[in-house]
Amino acid sequence: MQLKAPHLLGIEQLEPDEITLVLDTAESLAEISRREIKKVPTLRGRTVVNFFVEPSTRTLSSFELAEKRLSADTLNFSASKSSFVKGETLLDTAKNLEAMAPDFIVMRHNQAGAPHFLARHCSSSIINAGDGAHEHPTQALLDAYTIRQRKGALKGLRVAIIGDILHSRVARSNILLLTRMGAEVTLCGPPTLIPREVERMGCGVTHRMEEALEGVNVVMMLRIQLERMHAGFFPSLREYARLYGLDARRFQRAANDAIIMHPGPMNRGVEIMSDVADGNASVILEQVTNGVAVRMAVLYLLAGGVEREEAAA
Amino acid sequence: MSDRVRIMDAAALNRALTRIAHEILERNGGLDNLRLVGIRTRGVPLAERLATRLEAIEGKVPPTGMLDINLYRDDLSRVGPNPVLRRTEIPFQVNDACIVLVDDVLFTGRTIRAALDGLMDLGRPRMIQLAVLVDRGHRELPIRADFVGKNVPTSPNELVDVQLEEIDGHDEVVLVRPAPGGAGEGEDRP
Repeated sequence: MQLKAPHLLGIEQLEPDEITLVLDTAESLAEISRREIKKVPTLRGRTVVNFFVEPSTRTLSSFELAEKRLSADTLNFSASKSSFVKGETLLDTAKNLEAMAPDFIVMRHNQAGAPHFLARHCSSSIINAGDGAHEHPTQALLDAYTIRQRKGALKGLRVAIIGDILHSRVARSNILLLTRMGAEVTLCGPPTLIPREVERMGCGVTHRMEEALEGVNVVMMLRIQLERMHAGFFPSLREYARLYGLDARRFQRAANDAIIMHPGPMNRGVEIMSDVADGNASVILEQVTNGVAVRMAVLYLLAGGVEREEAAA
Repeated sequence: MSDRVRIMDAAALNRALTRIAHEILERNGGLDNLRLVGIRTRGVPLAERLATRLEAIEGKVPPTGMLDINLYRDDLSRVGPNPVLRRTEIPFQVNDACIVLVDDVLFTGRTIRAALDGLMDLGRPRMIQLAVLVDRGHRELPIRADFVGKNVPTSPNELVDVQLEEIDGHDEVVLVRPAPGGAGEGEDRP
């Protein structure tokens, strides 16, 4: 059993049994982070370039920790320091990275499809760490891992994803993954922040939060991405918080043992209130912990040998 | 067609385990500080059976753990897709423990090398001993077993197939000779 493609560009490419393989592998790797010596020699001598063209702290740290716990050599290449500001094209930068012969390139980019472009031009394994509003596969995998840990299985669960669906690669990857694994997904947000085509992805849509929360097992809150709000998608943050902010009172509508997730960073007081963010139902910090194990699993599975190299050639 | 010869039946296999249990006690002067660690996959039920036998003799169960050595292999990236990873569960302190490592077949010694590295990463045991059901020779590393169920002379292209009740539904050890000219199945990776 292995992943079919040499890259992880999106959940789009993954079959249900591949998703299960990543989650099972992550379960086996999680134990390493609880050891006294948090390191195994598995990726000794392999090089990983973390190529982040868009700022990120937690995803980058999580990948870096995963790489280091597997003993890979890591190199961080970030936009502010790179040649983009000097006018180099993505292809030239990619070729320069390639010339350093990394085994993996973990890429975060503000343009959808940038990692796919890189995958066509590089022989390294490319891992998408978020491309524009398109996909963020490792986030969806770590969310699925967290849900599975708490709920046992994904199949048959009812999940509400609430907030800015339009700009959210996290939402898109999660919708793909959860529906593929047999969960029932309802999206909720202001009409301006829900793209028209989502119903074709097999989810329900509502604009009333009370309706979305009714009896769900998992509540996934999304961050209002203030940096992407160039047009007026809603009148004010205060109004948004009043209509779509999660607080303890609203959360009562969810199932008794429902969990609350957030990919971070949170805007406290906007999409999520402190009473629920820090409450017993919140698994937000578990998501962070699980992120390392899931990213280790992706690296481990993509690091397979000879057959993989032939397939990529 | 390959040729299969049974080298141990259920009774022989269980007698060998009982003898090994006695040898472990004799060598270590009892169960104090003794821990068993089975190597995934078939070392795990073997370690559990040894624990049951040790309990029958001494009246208490030695703590037993399981180790997946795949993260410590020396042939990752040389042999195709990475093997499926299973959980390592060592529910006791490795530091200062006397550990008996348990595996089904001792062949090149590379699995044991990986297991030793894996154990050392979990702490500093006072001592590690090795118990195997079958020693088939052809070592590639300076490793030997402390307790052996059966020594089986083999040729390198033969395969020793250990079948255990817990995993395969019955107890048996079979020597598989590849058909002349035909490509052998090959031994388990190290």
